[in-house]
Amino acid sequence: MRQRPWLFLLPTLVLMSISAFIPLMAVINYSLHTIFAGSTPEFVGLQNYADVMGDAQFRGALLRQLTFSLLALLIEIPLGVGIALCMPRKGGAVGLSLVLLGIPLLIPYNVVGIVWRLFTQSDIGVIPRFLAVFGYDYNVSLDATDAFMTILLVDVWHWTPLVVLLAYAGLQAIPQTFYQAAEVDGASAWKTFRYVTLPKLRSVLTLGLLIRFMDSFKVYSEPLLLTGGGPGNATTFMSLFVARKAEAYELGYAGASSIIYLYVVIVMSYILFQFINRSPEERRA
Amino acid sequence: MKKRSITLTAYFLLLFVPIYWMVITSLKTDVEILQSFTLFPRKITFENYREIFTSEVWRSSFINSITYVLLNVVMTLMAAIPAAYAFSRWKFRGDHHLFFWLLTNRMAPAAVFMVPFTELYYMLNIYDTHFAVALAHCLFNLPLTIWILEGFMSGIPKEIDETAFVDGYRFPLFFRSIFLPLIAPGIGVGAFFCFTFSWVELILAKAITLTEAKPVVVTLTVGIGAEGVKWGLLASAGVLTIIPGILVVYFVRNYMAKGFALGRV
Repeated sequence: MRQRPWLFLLPTLVLMSISAFIPLMAVINYSLHTIFAGSTPEFVGLQNYADVMGDAQFRGALLRQLTFSLLALLIEIPLGVGIALCMPRKGGAVGLSLVLLGIPLLIPYNVVGIVWRLFTQSDIGVIPRFLAVFGYDYNVSLDATDAFMTILLVDVWHWTPLVVLLAYAGLQAIPQTFYQAAEVDGASAWKTFRYVTLPKLRSVLTLGLLIRFMDSFKVYSEPLLLTGGGPGNATTFMSLFVARKAEAYELGYAGASSIIYLYVVIVMSYILFQFINRSPEERRA
Repeated sequence: MKKRSITLTAYFLLLFVPIYWMVITSLKTDVEILQSFTLFPRKITFENYREIFTSEVWRSSFINSITYVLLNVVMTLMAAIPAAYAFSRWKFRGDHHLFFWLLTNRMAPAAVFMVPFTELYYMLNIYDTHFAVALAHCLFNLPLTIWILEGFMSGIPKEIDETAFVDGYRFPLFFRSIFLPLIAPGIGVGAFFCFTFSWVELILAKAITLTEAKPVVVTLTVGIGAEGVKWGLLASAGVLTIIPGILVVYFVRNYMAKGFALGRV
């Protein structure tokens, strides 16, 4: 009887050890060696970690990544909740709205890249033409701010629908009686939102926050396809940085920066995760 | 009420402007794309689509993608359903730690695992197969699905299990005929997310395939570069890549609506 949970978890553990645990051990192993193609790896202890931490490019990429994720969350979460509040609660329009919201989420990353290249390319795009009307000279491949903002815009465009879906799920779970009670008490629209809706959305929003944090921290294809990480390093985010090092076969360095990268994501997510667990409505509620 | 539907409509319009732009670009000739700025093609052409459908590379890569995505959905659900049941029903040593460890894999950036996956799959002799991609995608899909299903299952009172056992149901029969139908919306939502994330994933799919299992997302990136960018061709390939996704949302929309009505995602 004691073994039963583990029996149920067995398939998961087998799959995860192949697709997660073993590769992670391999990365840790790389990170402790100096590796050149063709020669035997040499054990160097924590030297790679020291190199990574001392590298201004790595620190720049990390800082850029944190700024990006923070801005993405600050825009996507409130916008998502706002749109969710505008969604129809019942009737045929619900199905249609859900399908429309699902579509951007199902566009493969590199098609997102194509969509936005077509949209922002300085010779054939819509955005440059549109902004030119206001006298703004927009160019993703030359201007660092334009490039950064464009990647942010793409992320907001692509992933706000996910937050809408989550927030909508949370809204649907709030019984109508709560609102009737608030109405009887004569609460204003804002107060009803602040003291009835928002607390009830807390757990589902933390989930959204967590997923969006993890994923925005992994942003890769958008800068790769739209800006190639440039101009300069303006859109070289963490994943791109690590992948570049791995492609250059600097495996020791890539390994060490991966582990630090992973560590940052896990620690920050753990803090958010604790936040869910401690919320008044239990996670399992 | 009116203000809300206007806001919502405006949002959907903004959401679909970039997609609309891609769709009309796919219907234009290369000359029109480069030399003029038109909000609607002057002369609709299906030349780009014809080129894709007659190309063996494009066709096989579409089939490759669909194959490994479906394989991944099946594998993930087979492992996630019992695991989520264990997490939602029993307390055991280290359950919280294990749950969190699983979630950390959802956080792991794919770029980190690119090289070890390639080496491991070479060693296991499954490099460049559909199975390898499906297996690699379990890295992020399995934790997420367990998380989603655990939420749904915990919403079903334990008394239902207990009553069934008192009534003399054996576990497998109970699971199949009582429990699974109850969490069907959860399975729908889980399958939707698995499909989504596996279908859109690029880094790993690119790293562990060469020719045999090369997915359409990779064929698309190859299309960039070469002899200048063929925007029209790229746009029509993009349009075609979106279609399976639209079909999936369309078919699971009722499950989604039900799942959302339960307040769990």
